[in-house]
Amino acid sequence: MQFEEYRNLWVFVETEENTAKSVGYELLSPGRVLADKMGGKLVAVVIGGNVKDVAEKTIDYGADEVILVEGDEYFNYSTDAYSYAMKTLVEKYKPSTILIGATNNGRDLGPKMACDLNTGLTADCTMLDYDTETGNMIWTRPAFGGNLMAMILCPDNRPQLGTVRPGIFKKPEPVTGKIGTMIYEDIHIAPENIRTKLLDRIKEVAEAVNLEEAEIIVSGGRGVGSPEGFEIIRRLAEELNATVGASRAVVDAGWMPHAHQVGQTGKTVSPKLYIACGISGAIQHSAGITGSDCIVAINKDEEAPIFDVADYGIVGDLFTVIPELIKEIQKLNA
Amino acid sequence: MKILVCVKQVPDTTEIKIDPVTNTLIRAGVPSIVNPFDACALEVAARVKDVTPDTEITVLSMGPMQAKEALTECLSVGADKAYLCSDRAFGGSDTLATSYILASAIAAIEEKEGKFDLILSGKQAIDGDTGQVGPEIAAHMGLAQVTYASEVSVHGEDVIVKRESDQGYDIISVRKPALVTVVKTAFDPRFPTLKSKMAARKVPIQVITADDIPNIDLSRCGLKGSPTKVKKTFTPVRNKTCVKIAGEEAAVSAAKLVGMLADAKVL
Repeated sequence: MQFEEYRNLWVFVETEENTAKSVGYELLSPGRVLADKMGGKLVAVVIGGNVKDVAEKTIDYGADEVILVEGDEYFNYSTDAYSYAMKTLVEKYKPSTILIGATNNGRDLGPKMACDLNTGLTADCTMLDYDTETGNMIWTRPAFGGNLMAMILCPDNRPQLGTVRPGIFKKPEPVTGKIGTMIYEDIHIAPENIRTKLLDRIKEVAEAVNLEEAEIIVSGGRGVGSPEGFEIIRRLAEELNATVGASRAVVDAGWMPHAHQVGQTGKTVSPKLYIACGISGAIQHSAGITGSDCIVAINKDEEAPIFDVADYGIVGDLFTVIPELIKEIQKLNA
Repeated sequence: MKILVCVKQVPDTTEIKIDPVTNTLIRAGVPSIVNPFDACALEVAARVKDVTPDTEITVLSMGPMQAKEALTECLSVGADKAYLCSDRAFGGSDTLATSYILASAIAAIEEKEGKFDLILSGKQAIDGDTGQVGPEIAAHMGLAQVTYASEVSVHGEDVIVKRESDQGYDIISVRKPALVTVVKTAFDPRFPTLKSKMAARKVPIQVITADDIPNIDLSRCGLKGSPTKVKKTFTPVRNKTCVKIAGEEAAVSAAKLVGMLADAKVL
């Protein structure tokens, strides 16, 4: 394999119904740093129905170049259409590295691409670095439910692929009027070659749950006691204009919908303030919150591991503490 | 109808502790279990069989001989046949090599027993958490894939999948044969009965070695067939100094906390 042919760092910016997923923009932050380290260009790859505005935005967010593929077949994600487009692009342009947001679709696309291109893929990375000496990406990712971190290399194959957890990196500050190159690629796939058909889309999340972009999150765990117990969590969240999160135990018990789950098997979050109420702090949960600027824990058990990752803690019953907290916050804001 | 379920035996990661002195994982004494997502995939298959009784469910795993225990467990909760892919040449495989070996093994099983209509696996294993082996098996075999399914039903030649999305879920149809990966389902896997456990113990587990897979390319197996290499592993450091308020009345604790958060300009 001629490595010199493989240049540039690509960020796959996922779109759905003509809207970009936030993680695509987020990845332009580390993408910029890594592209500069490797002495290559930062290239955004935007595939979708009608997504020229997304492509233009990636330039504002720091991409030197954007490759745009549009077509009705890309309005919604399908493994077959997207992997075909990506394979065609990679074979033509030969990127050195591709970052993909680790959404469900990103984690569906990545493995298919790895097989199509016969290369290595590192899943769900939380840290990224580039070794200028060897030209290898250093992918760091949690395993064993967040108990262990592994550094992974892909030394002998190109491109190097990685999916990256949403919520780890912050979106770059946009610079309007920045100049970048937009390349249109006319790639189409016959409908009969798309083997999956989207029959229906059900949007069942009543309230908008956008944990990854929340400034403040109030989360409840098993200590909340019951689905009704979440009322007090919601009240505190309302007071702080915060988003409600939940631990895996609570989601598994059916007290809260999956969309609220924070942790290794849920969302990774990085708010300014994270308040964990009645959450013991299993590594699986704390792995998803350590990017927060400030963590507050409220727990009855003084020995609960959540206090090991918290900046501030109250040892006490959340049902008596939270009403008092609400009063204090009201006083502060009065 | 023939369904294959790919399962992995994993350490129960919820039982893993960190050695406070060496800061490494304590693996000794950690029980081995069937990967919970794979158990959900098997339950999905068993539910298809409940409504279509002429369904045959085969389970396949890769790993050391010890993984036979996991397969026997599967046989007690719905599986009819079990295969274990085990060979020194397969050790150290990353996801690309593992999926290549499993795809090759599936081809060898199909040669003997006929084609599978549906291949299921969990969305990911709780030890590696990659979620790659399932889709990569599909890619190696040239099958259509649907990932993150919470419900699967079969209607003639079509498989209808309820797939988790960011806002809710999508209903996706795909023609047989296809590969589907399964999330934690709303229903729990069934429990074995004493009778089903006894019956499971009598089913032989067929071991597949490299010699049993004609045309397998050993250069694509094991460490040398793996494009990704683990450079090192470490346990994450999470020792913050927590300002803990303990032994106070709720009102006092709350006032202190809000005061500190305001001072730190968090609130």
